[in-house]
Order: sequence, then C-alpha cells, then structure tokens
Amino acid sequence: MTNKSVLGLFDNADTAADATDVLLAAGCAQEDFDVLTGCPYPEGAFGEKDPKHHIYVFPLIGALMGLSVAFLLTAGTQLAWPMVTGGKPILAFPAMTIISYEGTLLGAVIFTILGIIFESRLPRARLDPYDPRITEGYIGLVVTCPEEKLNVMEQALRNGNAVDIIHEKGRTLKA
Amino acid sequence: MQERVRLTDAQINRDLLRSIFETPKWYFLLVGFLGIIVLLGFAAAGYMINRGLGVTGLNRPVFWGFFITNFVFWIGISHAGVMLSAILRLVQAEWRRPATRAAEVLTVFSLMTAMTMPLIHAGRPWRVMYWVFPYDFARGVYPNVRSALVWDPAAVFTYLTSSILFVYIALVPDIAVLRDRTTGWRHVLYSVLSLGWRGSVRQWKLQLIAGILLSAIILPIFVSVHSIVSWDFGSAMSVEGWHSTVFAPYFVIGAVHSGVSAVVTVMIILRWMFKWENYIRMEHIDALAKLLIVVATGWFFFFALEFIFGLYSLEGPEIALREMQVFQMPWKALFITFLLTSYVIPVSMWLVPKVRRNIPLMIFTTILVNIGMWIERFIIIVPGLARKQNFTFTWGGYTPSLVEITIVTATFALVTMLVLLFAKVFPLIPLGDAKEGMILHDEIKIGKVMVPAVMREE
Repeated sequence: MTNKSVLGLFDNADTAADATDVLLAAGCAQEDFDVLTGCPYPEGAFGEKDPKHHIYVFPLIGALMGLSVAFLLTAGTQLAWPMVTGGKPILAFPAMTIISYEGTLLGAVIFTILGIIFESRLPRARLDPYDPRITEGYIGLVVTCPEEKLNVMEQALRNGNAVDIIHEKGRTLKA
Repeated sequence: MQERVRLTDAQINRDLLRSIFETPKWYFLLVGFLGIIVLLGFAAAGYMINRGLGVTGLNRPVFWGFFITNFVFWIGISHAGVMLSAILRLVQAEWRRPATRAAEVLTVFSLMTAMTMPLIHAGRPWRVMYWVFPYDFARGVYPNVRSALVWDPAAVFTYLTSSILFVYIALVPDIAVLRDRTTGWRHVLYSVLSLGWRGSVRQWKLQLIAGILLSAIILPIFVSVHSIVSWDFGSAMSVEGWHSTVFAPYFVIGAVHSGVSAVVTVMIILRWMFKWENYIRMEHIDALAKLLIVVATGWFFFFALEFIFGLYSLEGPEIALREMQVFQMPWKALFITFLLTSYVIPVSMWLVPKVRRNIPLMIFTTILVNIGMWIERFIIIVPGLARKQNFTFTWGGYTPSLVEITIVTATFALVTMLVLLFAKVFPLIPLGDAKEGMILHDEIKIGKVMVPAVMREE
C-alpha cells in the first residue's frame, strides 16, 4: 500500500483553518496533513499540534565537542614544545580558557545549524506536491494518505473550499 | 510608532525582490566604480608585498598604524550587525524586522574585510599561517596559544563562521521564494541553497527557534571578539595608554556605537536605492536613533572612565601621553574632531525628534559617528607607540603613506561593493519577517480611537 500526497491551496488562513476540520471529519488523522505557508503563523492557527523536536540537545553536544577539541588543541600545542617562560607552568590555563571559550561557542553554533537543518527534515530532494503561490500568501494543506483514500481526501479539500488541488508530480487539476 | 501600510504577500515579494530582478543602470556604474577602487587597493597591497613594509609610514617605534586602526574599526562595525539583530530578536522588538538582515550582512562583510587587514599588515601574508594555524609545518613549533595575537584570529574566525551560518539559516525561506521565481541556472542554484524548503509548520517553528537560539549563542561570541581585540593592546606591557582595565567593555560598546550607526547609514541608503519606504519606515530610523543616544552615552561614559583611570594613576609617562593626545598638534586637532563627531554633534542632534526623522540629517550624523570612531582607534593606537620608549631620542612619529591610504580607502569600497552584490543575489530585508509583521499587525478600537496594535506570541 503506497502513500500519496495531495495539496489543497487556500486563498486565506481562515478558510485553510476551517478546511483542517473538514479533513479531520473525513477521517484524516492530524499527523497525516501538513500546513504550508509563506511566513510563520501564530502557533495553533491551523489547529496543528506543537511539533516535537530535540533541537536544544544539539548546541549542548556541539559545545561539549568544541570545548574538548579546543582544550586538546591548546594543551597539545603547548606540550608539543614544552618551553618554560618566566617560571610559569607549561599549560597556561588563562590563555587556554580563551581559546576553549571560542571553541565551545563555535561547536555550539555549528551543531545548532546542523540541528535546525536535521529537525526541519532538510535537505529535501522532492518538493511535490507544492505550489509557488504559497509564497504569495496562499495556504497549502498537504494530505498524505494511502492511494485508495486519495479521492476522499481530495474531495474533502474541495469541500473545504480549496481554490486549487495539486497532485504529486506537479499535475494540476482546477477545483 | 506605527506607520505601516498594509501590503499583500505578493506586493512584499515584488518590492523586496526588486533589487534582484530589476537592475537599474546606476547599479552597474556604482559597482564598477567601487570595483576599480578595490582593484587599486589590491594593486597597492601587491606593490607593498613586493617592495616590503618600507613603502608604508610604519617605522620604529610605530609599527601599528593605518592597517591596525582599520582592523579595529571594521571589527567594530561588524558588532552592530549581530548585536542589533540578536538583541532585537531576543526581546522580540517589532521594529527589528527590516534591520536584522542588513545588520547581519554588514557583520559578515566587515569581518571579512577586517581579517584582511592584519594579513596585509604582516607584509608577507602567507607567513601568518605559521602563527595562527594549529599545525607545526615540520618545524616542531605550534602557534603560541598564550599570545593575544592567536586569541584574536580564533575569536574573529568563530564570529565570522557563526555570522555566516546565522545569515544563511535565516535566508533559507527567502531563497525558497527566489527558487520559485527563477529559471535556468539561477533556479538550480537557489534550489540547492534552499535545501528543499516548503514552509511547513515544523520548518517555520524551527526557524523561529533558530533565530532565538543562535542569537543567544552569538551574543557571548560578539562580546568576546572585541574584548580580545582590546587585549591585543592591553597585553602589551610597555605601551602607555593601553593599560586601562576597562578596555574590553570600552571597546565593545564603542564597537556597538559605530556599528549601529553604520547599520542606520546602510538602511537609509537601501531605503533610497530600492524605494523601500514601506519597509524601512521613519519609525524604524527614529527608534534606532533613540537606541544610539543610549549606546553613545554608554560609550562616552567608558571613554571618560578610561581617560580618568589614565590620569588617576599619577604615572608620569601616562600623564605625558594624555597631555600629548589632548594638547599637542596634530593629536589635539584629531582629539577635538573625534569628540565632536563621535558624540557631541550627533547626540545633541538626535535629541531633537525632528532630526531623528530627517533622512539627510540622520545619514550625516551616522557617517559623522564613524569618522569619529575611526579617529578614536587611531589616537588610541599611534600616540602610545610613538612614546613607547623611555628615551626621547627613540620617540617617533607616524605619517601614513599613499599605499596605506589607498588600501584603507579600498576597504570601504570593498564592503559597500559586497553589500551591493549581495543585494543583487539575496533579499536584504527578510520576506518572511515582513509578511509575519503584516499578519500580527492590526488596528483595535479603544473608546473613540482606532489604535494600531501588534500582537506578539509569548
């Protein structure tokens, strides 16, 4: 049983929000449809659940890795040429702290970016079903369901006053 | 405070992508002109590398001159960007929307430019690798991590990498808009860069988190960078005028002062060039000018502290240096110019509400600040070095050569050119942010008046 997706395009947020109720009434589960918009809307505007993610773990891991690498690098470079200057210890911790601080933050930033990309489910090879009008203010409702239920979902989107229905592979049907 | 015009998403796309899809003739003329200046700068740098540092005005005891002054200046400008963007994001200031991207982009380009300065200053740039790159090059010697000259590249590299990633991740939704409106190789390029962005609820949610999370992480980097730049001076034991313990915060707030002023200058120029009056509105310029009054006064406080600490030490050489900075030509003229241009004239003008909403006066005052702040760095660096030695016969002076002036001038052309080139490829005002601002904006009736209101999620 293969899953297929269909996109319903709505010309305003209120209609799209109402259409989500129609989809739920037609037997579509909350996690089986997604809302595509051209800008961020307030949380819950389309009745969606707060997406679960683990983004806050990424900077912590990155910071720990950055700290470790920076510490090893600074300690290693000083131990590789152990020259005593001014009777001070070989490992100069104040100086190491500065480089380690930068390393920690660099690691945190890099891992945060990786985390954002990973948790956003990017990179994504295929856009389908998608419509550029989404960036012009239209709201897209993408329903993913088994192929045999596709007609039911498409009808539900039409009943929800979609202005256009777009199937995968870019085939466009006027509603 | 609310002077916004209600615009549709299509109108916002059209307006903010104008810089990319419509290229006026003056654009090519301007970029070409700036490119010539940049090439002159490269030629001067090439000449200097070929002939040696003798073609500059640097000589014993003044070995840090225009290049290092310019390095500190551009590092300072870079601080506006992320600081402005990060703080305004964290406090969810509504007027941040048109300012963030321009500020972040200015950060990236000014940091890149700043990094070229120590390289050029080194005379033989390739040798810099030996003291910053953590590899022993078969000599058995690694960079000295105890040196401020190694902390500095580490901090600047961290800041540059973070700023580039910050700009990129915030650009992804806008690149997707460009992907949907282009064909051919540009479509392919934007498709790759947009990573397959579709604008799902999850993606937008993570974008918002990214903005706040990265802001929170980058702010400590931003503070560290100029602190470490100040330690380049503070850790030099034998130079008078470089010892104050307030150097780090003094440098950081000075950087914010010059940087925010530069952002205002850039925003005004962009508003005029691309007709973005509906996006960069007078209320934004007004708010930034108010912020500048606070920042400038904070900076002036640290400047006064640094000066008083120098005098309070009652050390003869330190007091003699201050006396030279304030009462002897040419430092006297520079000192007066610096005080007038970086604080007295601009702040007294910004206190007048009409000035804060006057475009020519705002551009005048913000450029004035940066003239003053460049001079400030110059009179911190050079006089101390000129009087570095104990004996009067080892004192020296410094006059910049044409090579140095050309290279420094070229850095200004380079940053301007890079910002213009960026505007030709990516939008300088975040589209998603502008559209979100429209959604969250409304007018509510209170009693007999309609009051503009902005909703904010907690």
